[in-house]
Amino acid sequence: MMDLLNALLVIILVMNLFSLGTSRILSVIRIVAAQGVLLGIIPLLLRERPGFPELVAAAVAIVLKGIVIPGVMTRALRDAQIKKEVTPLIGLLPSIILGALATTLALLFSNSLAMAPSQGGTLIVPAAFATILVGFIILTTRVKAISQAVGYLVLENGIFIFGLLLVDAMPLVVEMGVLLDLFVGIFVIAIIVKHINRAFSSTDTDRLVSLKE
Amino acid sequence: MAFFMILVPLLLAGLAAALPSNRMRPWILPVAAVAHLCMTVFVLARPDLWTTSAWLVLDPPARLVLLVVSALFFFCSFYAIGYLKHRRERSNRVFVACLLGFLGIMSLVAWSHHLGLMWVAIEGTTLVTAPLIYFNNNKRSIEATWKFLLVGSVGIALALLGTFFLAYSSLQQGLGATLQFEDLLRDATSLSKPWLRAAFILLLVGYGTKMGLAPMHTWKPDAYGEAPGVVGAVFAGGVTSCAFLAFTRVYQICDAAGEAAFTSRLLLFMGLFSMAIAGLFMIGQRDFKRMLAYSSVEHMGILVLGLGIGGPALFGTMLHLVTNGMTKAVLFLSAGNIHRAFASKNTDQVRGAMRRLPLSSALFLAGFFAITGSPPFGPFISEFSILSGAFTAGRYAVAGLFLFFLLLVFMGMGRTVLKVVQGRAPNEAAALATALPYRDGFLTTAPVVVLMLIVLTLGLVIPVPLGDMVRDAAEFLENR
Repeated sequence: MMDLLNALLVIILVMNLFSLGTSRILSVIRIVAAQGVLLGIIPLLLRERPGFPELVAAAVAIVLKGIVIPGVMTRALRDAQIKKEVTPLIGLLPSIILGALATTLALLFSNSLAMAPSQGGTLIVPAAFATILVGFIILTTRVKAISQAVGYLVLENGIFIFGLLLVDAMPLVVEMGVLLDLFVGIFVIAIIVKHINRAFSSTDTDRLVSLKE
Repeated sequence: MAFFMILVPLLLAGLAAALPSNRMRPWILPVAAVAHLCMTVFVLARPDLWTTSAWLVLDPPARLVLLVVSALFFFCSFYAIGYLKHRRERSNRVFVACLLGFLGIMSLVAWSHHLGLMWVAIEGTTLVTAPLIYFNNNKRSIEATWKFLLVGSVGIALALLGTFFLAYSSLQQGLGATLQFEDLLRDATSLSKPWLRAAFILLLVGYGTKMGLAPMHTWKPDAYGEAPGVVGAVFAGGVTSCAFLAFTRVYQICDAAGEAAFTSRLLLFMGLFSMAIAGLFMIGQRDFKRMLAYSSVEHMGILVLGLGIGGPALFGTMLHLVTNGMTKAVLFLSAGNIHRAFASKNTDQVRGAMRRLPLSSALFLAGFFAITGSPPFGPFISEFSILSGAFTAGRYAVAGLFLFFLLLVFMGMGRTVLKVVQGRAPNEAAALATALPYRDGFLTTAPVVVLMLIVLTLGLVIPVPLGDMVRDAAEFLENR
């Protein structure tokens, strides 16, 4: 079980690097969607016999992160008629290297953390930290509004990975609430992206500079 | 009762979204506000209603926040009718529905005793308030909304991670993973220290972003500057108070765990830093709504500073939550009127407001004296109480810096406010003014006058029931 979990987490880490290394925004959205689906499945693997609440939570997470949220974002992308992140603040290769560096640091750092005895050997904590850092890299280095929203999703995925340690602490209602907030958040962001596009004829957030001291 | 307080505003929000009449819709706001305020007063008078379930408990600080925000919303709801009357050209469907949604979700923040649920509610307030900033529908308000959404969401995401860390600090010690506030408080001494400290830092950054503490305050001047005045009032008095309440939870757990030395260092630093940044950016500030945003940064700093001093300053801190909320509402609502009359919020164009809008300008000026801590207004009492708390706790350097930054803010803010109020309006503004129909009306001034009277009363005498509530809240925070 532990090996399977770690293998899946490694796949998630590889997906992080892919999302840093491609300039087609649609591909990034799809990678992050796949990451979300994978993360929806993992909680089921962590339990011997998943009960009804776990199945509901997993199903909602998979549908939201795999279908609904990517759908909303793809539509926003189509409305804005953009395909590529043409002008990232740092190039694709440097950002992959930065991501790899972040992953390494997360692995090294996690070794020094005090963990509960039963959870010593898993990659959950380093994977969570690495994914959160990659989310931050995307958020800060991409210029298109929609890419920044993807960065936020990656960040959320990272936090969700950490949540795997706490499957018992989060009641179903709260978990649903977190997912609902995520969905509404992306929905509102997509609407604002549309308005940015209409008002500025572009979704480049580096044009949003009229408000400053 | 908790369910009513949460669901009634949400149902009315649904009604507002369904109602086709732009003219009738704003009247739902006072209906919801009156109902909510009645329920709040009723609940506060009945201690047997304070526990609805294990998750929904109304503890002393939550009672205070609930009362403040409910009262604030009550006044804002009447003002909003007057404001929206001037904005008939624009659909207020989303605006009214989101304001009502905020009232419902705010109640959930106050009631929730499960930290996960509380996080969900705080994130909910971010999402329902984002469209409010966007009401003016121009380039600048889009930019402000985008910054608010992105900075706010990322901050709140970090708060979620912090919440998870908190649960893990319990799990790691073999206590079982829990996010129930009572459980964490009871077991505080045996929680894992490193995870608890990390949780504290993340929650400080996360909820601090929502409160607008420096250096996470960058969204605040933009959002407050571009949003209508009434939204600024709801933000500066309501949203920030909710975030502060959420933050006090982890503060209390750390305090019970014996980590007070660690937390107070961080809090004192954040508080003073926020005051310093606010003071520096207020000097020479030409946009009077942005100036108010920095004033909000300053006062969030004061609240956090009060927590950092702890013990003797907590009464003042909780009182400051009340006085700051009320005074900010006076300032934002009267500033909204001035903005409307001059069609500008820049002191290059806005001069001599006292001649054009005597009442709003007088309120704006009085609000300025109140918020900067001049007697005989409410904030003077609360700030003085924090200051004397700092002396009692033996933190003389902190007290000195506190006074210095208050002085800095007074000078910076005073210059801008006096520019707005005094003098003669420039000719072009006068020409513009004749074309604009805005004059002080009953609905856009009466709520502000009453709020100002409350601020004044709080400075002269604190009503006994309120004093008891503040004292209870302070003692609760001290884990007594």
